[in-house]
Amino acid sequence: MTATENLPFPGLRSGVELVPTNDEPQTGKEYTSDQEVRWCPGCGDYAVLKAVQGFLPELGLRRENIVFVSGIGCSSRFPYYLDTYGMHSIHGRAPSIATGIATAREDLSVWVVTGDGDALSIGGNHLIHALRRNVNMTILLFNNRIYGLTKGQYSPTSEAGKITKSTPMGSLDHPFNPVSLALGAEGSFVARTIDSDRKHLTSVLSAAAAHRGTSFVEIYQNCPIFNDGAFDAIKNADTKADAIIPLVHGEPILFGNGSKGLVRDTETGGVKVALVADVGADAIMVHDAYNADPTTAFAISRLTDSGYLNQSPIGIFRQVERPTYDDGARGQIASAQQAAPGDPSDRLAKLIGGGDTWTVV
Amino acid sequence: MSKQVKQLDRVIIRFAGDSGDGMQLTGDRFTQESAVFGNDLVTLPNFPAEIRAPQGTLPGVSSFQVHFADHDILTAGDAPDVLVAMNPAALKANLGDLPKGATIIVDTHDFTGRNLTKAGYETNPLDTLGEVNDPLGEFSVQPVDLTGMTVEAVKEFGLSRKDAARAKNMFALGLLSWMYGRPIESTIAFLEKRFAKVADIRDANITAFKAGWNFGETTETFVVQYEIKPAPMSAGTYRNITGNLALSYGLVAAGVQSGLPVFLGSYPITPASDILHELSKHKAFGITTLQAEDEIAGVGAAIGASFAGSLGVTTTSGPGIALKSEAIGLAVMTELPLIVVDVQRGGPSTGLPTKTEQADLLQAMFGRNGEAPVPIVAPQSPGDCFDAAIEAARIAVTYRTPVMLLSDGYLANGSEPWRIPELADLPVIDPNFATERNKTVVAKDGTESEEYWPYLRDEETLARPWAVPGTPGLEHRIGGLEKGEGHGNISYDPANHDFMVRTRQAKVDRIAESLPPLVVDDPSGEAKVLVIGWGSTYGPIGAGCRRVRKAGYHVAQVHLRHLNPFPKDLGDILKRYDKVLCPEMNLGQLSLLLRGKYLVDAIGYNQVNGMPIKAAALAEAIGGLVAEAEGITVDLTPQEVTK
Repeated sequence: MTATENLPFPGLRSGVELVPTNDEPQTGKEYTSDQEVRWCPGCGDYAVLKAVQGFLPELGLRRENIVFVSGIGCSSRFPYYLDTYGMHSIHGRAPSIATGIATAREDLSVWVVTGDGDALSIGGNHLIHALRRNVNMTILLFNNRIYGLTKGQYSPTSEAGKITKSTPMGSLDHPFNPVSLALGAEGSFVARTIDSDRKHLTSVLSAAAAHRGTSFVEIYQNCPIFNDGAFDAIKNADTKADAIIPLVHGEPILFGNGSKGLVRDTETGGVKVALVADVGADAIMVHDAYNADPTTAFAISRLTDSGYLNQSPIGIFRQVERPTYDDGARGQIASAQQAAPGDPSDRLAKLIGGGDTWTVV
Repeated sequence: MSKQVKQLDRVIIRFAGDSGDGMQLTGDRFTQESAVFGNDLVTLPNFPAEIRAPQGTLPGVSSFQVHFADHDILTAGDAPDVLVAMNPAALKANLGDLPKGATIIVDTHDFTGRNLTKAGYETNPLDTLGEVNDPLGEFSVQPVDLTGMTVEAVKEFGLSRKDAARAKNMFALGLLSWMYGRPIESTIAFLEKRFAKVADIRDANITAFKAGWNFGETTETFVVQYEIKPAPMSAGTYRNITGNLALSYGLVAAGVQSGLPVFLGSYPITPASDILHELSKHKAFGITTLQAEDEIAGVGAAIGASFAGSLGVTTTSGPGIALKSEAIGLAVMTELPLIVVDVQRGGPSTGLPTKTEQADLLQAMFGRNGEAPVPIVAPQSPGDCFDAAIEAARIAVTYRTPVMLLSDGYLANGSEPWRIPELADLPVIDPNFATERNKTVVAKDGTESEEYWPYLRDEETLARPWAVPGTPGLEHRIGGLEKGEGHGNISYDPANHDFMVRTRQAKVDRIAESLPPLVVDDPSGEAKVLVIGWGSTYGPIGAGCRRVRKAGYHVAQVHLRHLNPFPKDLGDILKRYDKVLCPEMNLGQLSLLLRGKYLVDAIGYNQVNGMPIKAAALAEAIGGLVAEAEGITVDLTPQEVTK
């Protein structure tokens, strides 16, 4: 028996199962609002916006049942550019607002757009608790490893030693690895993708939307103004084969044009990079995103460079089913309502008229 | 033996003991018995912030005061007529509040050397009763071995001595119930239910309760039984209710009356947590309660739920409001309905978590960045928390705005008889969701199209339309950036910002159009002094004014439920009186607002000791002002002692 079987709500459902669908084919244009997009020229956010506008019609949901919520930062302007329901909220709090929306309404597809400062610094608490509760929503974390809107201070994902306006002698902070953090909070869907790889980005978004629970997607996003080139190693055609460790469920984890792969590190219990020539193809790990235990996924996430990014696993690290908070909350209400049928006004009269009473005539 | 029965019109009893002695339960049961009997009553629980403060010490003393009468009363009383003290610390901590001649019932069992030392007594004050140097000589002291007799009474149940002794509060309750002729059935039924699963504890408590009653009835220690007749009350069905319970019921009712699902996002905090607990029980009304990771997430989730079409509510105390203030500003900017409940406690910072205060008024009024007006509603008594919650919901939903509901620790835990309202008398709240596009836009080429403009306002209320996700054709974006009037798109235009700031203020000001005229209590019509208050000071101010009038002088009283906006007639009322006195449990927050808005010389009467204002002291201040205003001598000494 699995943990979900005894629970009074469905365990295995799509993230958008209860959202009304649209019979008519949709276009990206329908999802484009009339607002002028105001990111800097060359910003990675444009590519993500285009990908999302192109992807949403594929979801086939009713547009009015989609809600985008953001916090503060460059990426958080995102909702203004999509013709869905949306809220551009306050710094770091988007996951809490989205939790309210997703819990109040089962018929909405809820998306959070956030950045490395918004999600990991000022809003770190809400992020980990959303992941812990497993509220049915998709969180897109645009990670440019810098504060853009405030003009170039280091962020919680900037490499240690980074020289910025606020750290002229170099940043002293050790950076967060967003994927490690999400896995540590027991996120049920944790993935990483790249702004410029539209195909990969779209495939991850599809899987994220289909996942019931909190889907966490870190998107490497280049800031051409304050942190240009942060992801060059994984974008450059000459280096990316060695820089990207692609994660595909059921496939051996190979990179460097098949010359390198991931193997178990028996010394540390973790995972390390090995030459296939040295260890043999059979020793290479096969990626298992469905593993209920997040330990291996976490070990893989540690292969991300914390300094300048020369190497990073990309793909879906973890995709497991576990009860969602919002389904559970609605389930409790439904069973309470079933146990107490009748007109709400009658029940209200009974409630306030309860306890020890006395009547004065 | 026959006992003497003496009639009294009112009595104030204070039960005091260690914070683990069950004094709150004892007081609550005595209150329920008195309520069912038909007395009017007001209660004042008072307990330390620690769950189990150091045993036997002064800071560990917990007390519950109940004032009950054969007539309508307004406060829990200034000074107890009877003190039940379960240990030396309880005696010492409360002695200063007792008037001459008060009765003290002490549990002699706990007057041991160790406990006396902990309480700071060098000698046992009970050893010198009746002697020349008796420190308790001013009082009528009844030493009773409550613990010893309780242990003896329950020995048949085979409990440990410790468990047996724990029933001593029920023995004390039984004794006091006998003294004041309280009906005992409800307490027995309560004990049967409460300890249904532990038969020996249940039986021990009921036995101790009955033994206490019989002790009063049969021994010669107590020769007088008192009778306090039921108070005349207007017809209706009543129950005793605390402010937190009434406020919770008000929120349930607001959901039913508006047809909106209530969504509470909250983080536990004293003294507001009871509302979270209570609403969590009422899921059958479609109420969602989310215990959030912090105060900010609580309000954030509530705002999200409001955007999605629920009645968003967040409950907290002053420190929580400080954390939520940015999010409340977002609700001001996005113009979404939201109820923010602040059960005020002593501050600043962590302050006095279990004590009452009214010092969050200015935080509620101004505690946000920018010009961020928030309507404020304050209940005046525990039962009134019900109506105030519904009123807050009416304003929030009608005007699409966050509303601050300012309760306080005294209202939250204090109780009074509450006439259960008829549902037909409650207001119906219309969410009036937007379903259609509301603006015809003409393009440059002359073609017309229909659009949804989220900031196109209702002319009467200035409220914007509320279109919830799932409504086709009304997709729109809102947020914390300044909006262009009408279309609601981001606007940095200077003139638009000026216009929007003024419009948000005008919308809140417009609420005054929907408020009933103030009721000024000026029985003679000759008063020159007006006493104005808000929130839980209603009781003490009313009682203070009564004392002044009873002594033959004139004073008027008006009490504010709406602090923002003020009712339209307030300015005229203030101008009608020569002197305006403003009693508050803060350093003069309402008086600052009155002075600022009406240029009136509102004189403060300020007390910030964590306790309700005492009516007698306030009456003296009112009397002083009456003397000044009318050029007369005022003497409030009661002319007739009893009626």
